[in-house]
Amino acid sequence: MNRLTSIAAPLALLLVLLAVWEGSVWLFDVPHYILPAPTRIAVAFVSHFSSLLGHAAVTLAEIVLGLLIGGLGGFALAVAVFYSPILERALYPLIIASQMIPVFAIAPLLIVWMGYGLWPKATVAALIAFFPIVVNASDGLRAPNEETVELLRSLGASRWQLFWKLRLPASLPTVFAGLKVAVTLSVVGATIGEWVGARRGLGYLMLQSNALLRVDLVFAAILMLSGLGLLLFGGLRIIERRVLHWRGVE
Amino acid sequence: MSGTAIEVRDVAKSFEDVRVLAPLSFAIEWGAWSTILGPSGCGKTTLLRILAGLLEPDEGEVFIGADGRDVATAYLPQRDTLLPWRTALDNAILASEIEGSSLREARAEARTLFDHFGLSGFEFAYPSQLSGGMRQRLALIRTFLAHRELLLLDEPLGALDPLTRATLQDWLLDVWGELHKTILLVTHDVEEGLLLSDRILVMSARPATIVHEQPVGLPRPRGRASAELAEGKGSLLGLLLEGR
Repeated sequence: MNRLTSIAAPLALLLVLLAVWEGSVWLFDVPHYILPAPTRIAVAFVSHFSSLLGHAAVTLAEIVLGLLIGGLGGFALAVAVFYSPILERALYPLIIASQMIPVFAIAPLLIVWMGYGLWPKATVAALIAFFPIVVNASDGLRAPNEETVELLRSLGASRWQLFWKLRLPASLPTVFAGLKVAVTLSVVGATIGEWVGARRGLGYLMLQSNALLRVDLVFAAILMLSGLGLLLFGGLRIIERRVLHWRGVE
Repeated sequence: MSGTAIEVRDVAKSFEDVRVLAPLSFAIEWGAWSTILGPSGCGKTTLLRILAGLLEPDEGEVFIGADGRDVATAYLPQRDTLLPWRTALDNAILASEIEGSSLREARAEARTLFDHFGLSGFEFAYPSQLSGGMRQRLALIRTFLAHRELLLLDEPLGALDPLTRATLQDWLLDVWGELHKTILLVTHDVEEGLLLSDRILVMSARPATIVHEQPVGLPRPRGRASAELAEGKGSLLGLLLEGR
């Protein structure tokens, strides 16, 4: 399949779906506060663009902060668990159990503890994002084979050098795989944080518009949020290609 | 340097209940190319890892040194150990980087070796872009650049096709002649041993001992098709089969 069809095919499908949606709304005369037509959403999107952008900036800050905390924390935890078998045995069940707790259950508590600002949302995003990073980084740190470790040791490498020159670079491919999962999850995390209590952000906008029966604005906010997610994912892929430059060559 | 480079005295090693090395002893001279021949899975790699200081023997002693001082070895493991995220040049200078010595000097030296080893033009290629033979040459450059007097090579040409293998054998011999290193090669290829070494030690199957030792007196370069080589090959193969 060439490049043109790989872009044109999903676009065509999207257009067909939108056309069916638009047609159905007109045909069955669905009220706009139940399901607005795509054209109505587009109008809302354009007319509220600057406000959407303002809310998006808040959500973006929460996501990026959450990713940074979750990513660095997750990686540090993976390293700690890698070097300490006792810590691994103690922590792993807890880490996995923590993933069974719905973030919805802790989000209100975080608001109580941290207030209405940026931090509780970033924390929710971080809590969701850290798990794929821990799991993937742990795998990556174990990736080098025994012979390579021995070779470096025979050259006199210290534990520190083994980490910097071997385990860290070897873990990057899986760390990036984890980050890609974490990006999409942290978008959800930040939105949940905003639903529970916020004064700004796309999640807040969705909730407010829903209460005002402005379903077109809810959809416009969702559209903006998806765009934000795509942008973050794309940015991460560009960084990944730069850092893992050696993987692309053949 | 002259005299004894490695002396192995009654070294034994077991992994769990499997005795890999029965007490075995041998000695290796400085400046010589010695080859240990043995059947697959006989414990050759275990022996090399003990010599490289990566493994402690259960019994016996190992002396590596000259004039009463210890000498560090450069060990080349059997499996591919190039770092895929480093360019060829950066892989080559790994030892200098770990030692903390000048990288500029190491790079300059590596470049001359790249020319010498037929790798010039590939300094900035990644290992995945190199052929099997080139990767192996790069791994050998890295071993040479560790600046150790004694090189321990674990079947460095084992995974290559016969033609590449023959080319690299000739080339390795050239480099050895120029760099004045002491080499201990481990292989199961009888012809390779006869073609390259000054001395051959034959190892038996597990639990391994040295069952035979012989100098290879043939003048270099040795022809692969020569009658002497064929003769030596026959008798060594016989010994390997006996020791199995």
